[in-house]
Amino acid sequence: MEAILHQIFAGLATGGIYASLALALVMIYQATHLVNFAQGEMAMFTTYIAWSLINAGMPYWAAFLLTVVFAFVFGVLLERLVIRPVENAPVLAVVVVFIALLLILNSVTGWIYTYTLKSFPSPFPQQPVFGKYISSHELGAIGITLVVLLLLYAFFRFTPLGLAMRAAAQNPESSRLVGIRVGWMLALGWGLAAAVGAVAGMMVAPIVYLDPNMMGGILLYAFAAALVGGIDNPWGAVFGGFLVGVLENLLGAFVIGNELKLSVALVLIIGVLLVRPSGFFGKVHVTRV
Amino acid sequence: MRALRATYGQTRVLHGLDFALEKGSITALLGANGAGKTTTLRAICGMVKTQGEVRFAGQRIDGRATEDIVRLGVAHVPDGRGTFAHLSTEENLRLGAYTRKERPAVEADLERMYGYFPRLKERRRQQAGTLSGGEQQMLAVSRALMLSPKLMLLDEPSFGLAPLLVTELFDILRRINVREQISMLLVEQNAAMALQLANSAYLLETGRVVLAGSSDDLKRDDAVRRAYLGY
Amino acid sequence: MNRKMLWILAALAVIALILPFVATSYRTFQLTLVLVYAIALLGLNILTGYNGQISLGHGAFYAMGAYCTAILMDKLGMPYWATVPVAGAVCLAVGFLFGLPALRLEGLYLALATFALGVAMPQLLKYKALEPWTGGVQGIVIAKPEAPALFSRAGIALDPDQWLYFFTLAVAALMFVLGWNLLRGRVGRALVAIRDQHIAAEAMGVNSALYKSLAFGVSAMYTGVAGALGAIAVQFVAPDSFNIFLSIMLLVGIVIGGLASISGALWGALFIQFVPNIADEVSKAAPWAIFGIFMILFVYLMPTGVAGALRQLLARAGKKAHNQPRPLKEETP
Repeated sequence: MEAILHQIFAGLATGGIYASLALALVMIYQATHLVNFAQGEMAMFTTYIAWSLINAGMPYWAAFLLTVVFAFVFGVLLERLVIRPVENAPVLAVVVVFIALLLILNSVTGWIYTYTLKSFPSPFPQQPVFGKYISSHELGAIGITLVVLLLLYAFFRFTPLGLAMRAAAQNPESSRLVGIRVGWMLALGWGLAAAVGAVAGMMVAPIVYLDPNMMGGILLYAFAAALVGGIDNPWGAVFGGFLVGVLENLLGAFVIGNELKLSVALVLIIGVLLVRPSGFFGKVHVTRV
Repeated sequence: MRALRATYGQTRVLHGLDFALEKGSITALLGANGAGKTTTLRAICGMVKTQGEVRFAGQRIDGRATEDIVRLGVAHVPDGRGTFAHLSTEENLRLGAYTRKERPAVEADLERMYGYFPRLKERRRQQAGTLSGGEQQMLAVSRALMLSPKLMLLDEPSFGLAPLLVTELFDILRRINVREQISMLLVEQNAAMALQLANSAYLLETGRVVLAGSSDDLKRDDAVRRAYLGY
Repeated sequence: MNRKMLWILAALAVIALILPFVATSYRTFQLTLVLVYAIALLGLNILTGYNGQISLGHGAFYAMGAYCTAILMDKLGMPYWATVPVAGAVCLAVGFLFGLPALRLEGLYLALATFALGVAMPQLLKYKALEPWTGGVQGIVIAKPEAPALFSRAGIALDPDQWLYFFTLAVAALMFVLGWNLLRGRVGRALVAIRDQHIAAEAMGVNSALYKSLAFGVSAMYTGVAGALGAIAVQFVAPDSFNIFLSIMLLVGIVIGGLASISGALWGALFIQFVPNIADEVSKAAPWAIFGIFMILFVYLMPTGVAGALRQLLARAGKKAHNQPRPLKEETP
């Protein structure tokens, strides 16, 4: 029983990270109908930047904040410089650009920082605060995730800029007719997604150790989580993230062992998709012919 | 003078249009389906490729991006209404005022729109996509007005509306035109109603202007009467 | 097939036949791999390019074909050339079976499912329980085929690399001709119709479900055959050679080569075989970054792939030469 509880809480912690990344994926998907396969590497790269800052002596939260800002700017620049030139290319061509970004970021990071594992500090105390089922970092990670998600929700729901971004994602043509600069809304979306990814990266790095390949599996889980929740539903992404996190941990600990848990988790997710092809909360698209 | 002069030479649809709008007037653009009326509006807004000049308030706006043209004070109510279906009625209206900075004026305008169209106020929190055709039309017009525009382009505002609603809508448009001196360019297939509302009109056929003049003149013109007014 | 195409093909055939005699052993080996990838890419293109079903897991079928060959040769002593059709048949069946539930998934969801397949395959191959057959993490080593005796009797000396090249070339030619026939006719049209407007296609009597599953099966068969040939060329199979990266490279290959294009398979194969080497030359430290830059450049300059860009060039050249609009080049209708 204890072990199960522990796995569930750990699952919620990693689930929060999957949820954040899944949310970033959904944000970009809603605006562009594309899945940004480079999201994980962007998060990883910005986490390394944080590591450099902390190593240079900057206090954790200052580095955290600076990294988030850097990630935002980085995301905006990527959209304007790399993605914009191909916005009219066939879908699969854009996917190839995303894959290229993934390769470039991974390779460059490995080159600059080498592939040896590095430890990344956690801002939360070492001792478990709430009993033995959950470490402080896990609890803190869940907390930070929820704060980020709430901030995002408030931004999109209550601010004019958030409204404009939602409008631009749903209906770019009408958005132009009310004076919204749709191109910049897209860039902003990328910036926000990158910032969310950076937070996710910094929360997961203390658990899995900093390594250029750390986000590969995580991105996959996030992608699956976004789909399970319904790729066009932000709440679904969050739900999916937590679900996948818990599922992965329970499977890995009790059913199948760490080797195959990725495959099994994926198979289960696909099983869900076969039953509910649009995910739990996705919109069922009725298209006119 | 805020005169709009346009000369386009689009090989596909418009073959060289020349016309001007007078400040504060309502002008109708008539013609059958496929004459190029919608394309004209879209060309003014920079939504299609054009050659030739379009001027607004003394500046050239051809070749500029749609959002920049809009920010100069041109509001376009597109055919199909262009409603943000997944956002609420009120969110749609607020988006109309996106480019305006003065909060109190925006709030006042919002109330004014609800005054013109009480049905929108009833449905302010409802998802805009679930509104009826007539209500969406009112929403589209209101959204354009929220921009506080100097020029309004309306593409087939009577489309799909019951005649009573059309009369109501056109009444409001006339009131707004008089009260706030907003110039309007109205594209309509319903020539009779359009000529009643407008001061002057242009008749388009296959991308060219074939007739121009005051709406009284056009109403009396034989060809127009027979082809478009039905008598 | 107009005369110009025939001349081009003839020229290509001559070049292809001469190459192994003028190139080094290693180069010949690389060219053999290009042919192998071309077959795999044609397979993926049938599914993704022509039929619009995205697969991010075709590496799994490649692995299946490769392991079929390895197991048949190693455990059952089958001659290498006999394993190729068997690998093809197995993959055809598995692909078709996979295609059936895949019918329910569209676009992204299908991408995820195939991605899962691609990720799962190496893990499955390493699975302890299957080790007696798969050789586990170590994999299986197989013997390198020699040129058949009749060649040396005829006085033509073919070293093993050259023989492998010709063998692969023959199979590739066969597969390409088969594919070309398939895609040019009713089947090809049905596939494209399903991709572009599947409801309209069904309304016109195209059995969408059958064709889609068949597309999966045939596509898997091609890639499986490629895997088999690849295993023979490399003489070695191991789970980690067939990880998700292979699937991703295959997708990159068809996009850069040209979707819904038969020649695109060849261009794509050249790209994924040689550009990584070039990238390595440019930068030992971060070769994949350079490779990524190449990918982006190709997509920026040729968004419809090399085949698409060539088509446009030829169309424009044709216009200038004849001063009248020419019909678009064949590919598939």
